[in-house]
Amino acid sequence: MKLLGFIVVSLAGALLLYGTQDFPAWGDPQSPASVHLSNDYIEKAVDQTQVPNLVTAVLADYRGFDTMFETAVIFCAGLACFLLLRDFSKKRERYYRHVSTGVILHVKNQEKKLTVGNEFEYMDKDWVPSDLIIKTICRILIPFIQIYALYVVAHGDFSPGGGFQGGVIFGASFILMAISYNLKTLVNRIKEKVFGIFAAVGVLIYVGIAALCMPMGGNFLDYSKLAPLIPGDPGHIRALGMLGVEIGVGIAVTAAMAIIYINIVSEGRHDEGL
Amino acid sequence: MTDLLPLIVAKYNYWLYVILMMIGLYAMIAKNNLIKKLVGMNIFQTAIILFYVSIGYKVDATLPIIQGAHGGQGAAIQAADYINPLPHVLMLTAIVVSVATFGVAMALAVRIYQRYQTLEEDELRMRLSE
Repeated sequence: MKLLGFIVVSLAGALLLYGTQDFPAWGDPQSPASVHLSNDYIEKAVDQTQVPNLVTAVLADYRGFDTMFETAVIFCAGLACFLLLRDFSKKRERYYRHVSTGVILHVKNQEKKLTVGNEFEYMDKDWVPSDLIIKTICRILIPFIQIYALYVVAHGDFSPGGGFQGGVIFGASFILMAISYNLKTLVNRIKEKVFGIFAAVGVLIYVGIAALCMPMGGNFLDYSKLAPLIPGDPGHIRALGMLGVEIGVGIAVTAAMAIIYINIVSEGRHDEGL
Repeated sequence: MTDLLPLIVAKYNYWLYVILMMIGLYAMIAKNNLIKKLVGMNIFQTAIILFYVSIGYKVDATLPIIQGAHGGQGAAIQAADYINPLPHVLMLTAIVVSVATFGVAMALAVRIYQRYQTLEEDELRMRLSE
């Protein structure tokens, strides 16, 4: 198998390398990819959309349909992880920790339940105490990461950034929290349902803004028709429409990242995880 | 060999991406462990992403954010001054989607492990034929 694989890979690689002869030189402004549509985008995007960041303009306006379904793909990935892994079965044995003394109780009988509150809390069999230094540093770091993520989303029209990047950074801050404390801290603070609802709301914001253009007399995703709804300079309406769409993308990506992480690390049990 | 070298130097970026892509393909074909196959798939995706980004590059051009767009000098925008935004858009979504699909693949791997207690392909095949 290994030899066969190596032969196949070598043949395919040799063919591709032979094919590179006909490729345009690196950085050639006259290469086929850079002479047709992209010049139109570069020269006209600011006039048409008032958005200087061409990547955002192409992503959210010219190719808005594509991006809408990419967002739907992210949502579906989160949903698939949830459906594949989520485990609602009750555990037979439970472990409790006495909060003030740290004594651990192992309850084998399902009938005997301790009330979880200030005195006792649930814990896992393979629980490892989290490190004080890591916890402290992450506690300081997480708010800044989240503010930076919001900046990346909000400033996506003018500087490198946008919904996908900001959403991933925001989701990473939740993942950092789950790693530095434990998964239960994250799940207790933000419920699983909230993440699920946010993932759906993000997609809904995108589709809602796109569909709102139709009763206003435009095509699907034609942001310019939203001008009567929003006071201000009608010239900037496409930029505002893109910002709204990017916010939707950001929310959906954040929630989907969190759902994927939470379900994979705990195998769907939502206990203390990694 | 003397003829080959200038060819490689002129297109070295494409050569690197093809080699990277083939490393990923080899891992997907030959590795026995499912997680290693997934890593191979990610290397493959990275090669394609790098390939697209390098297609968008232009010599002496800056990144695709129009300078002085609002209240600027009003100078005409030259397409040759800005790199091609289209491959960046395609890859921006491709990166996030690849993370999401990788998550689904990991979820499937977790399910397989829960059921068969292994991620090695030959052992899985043995279990399935039992």
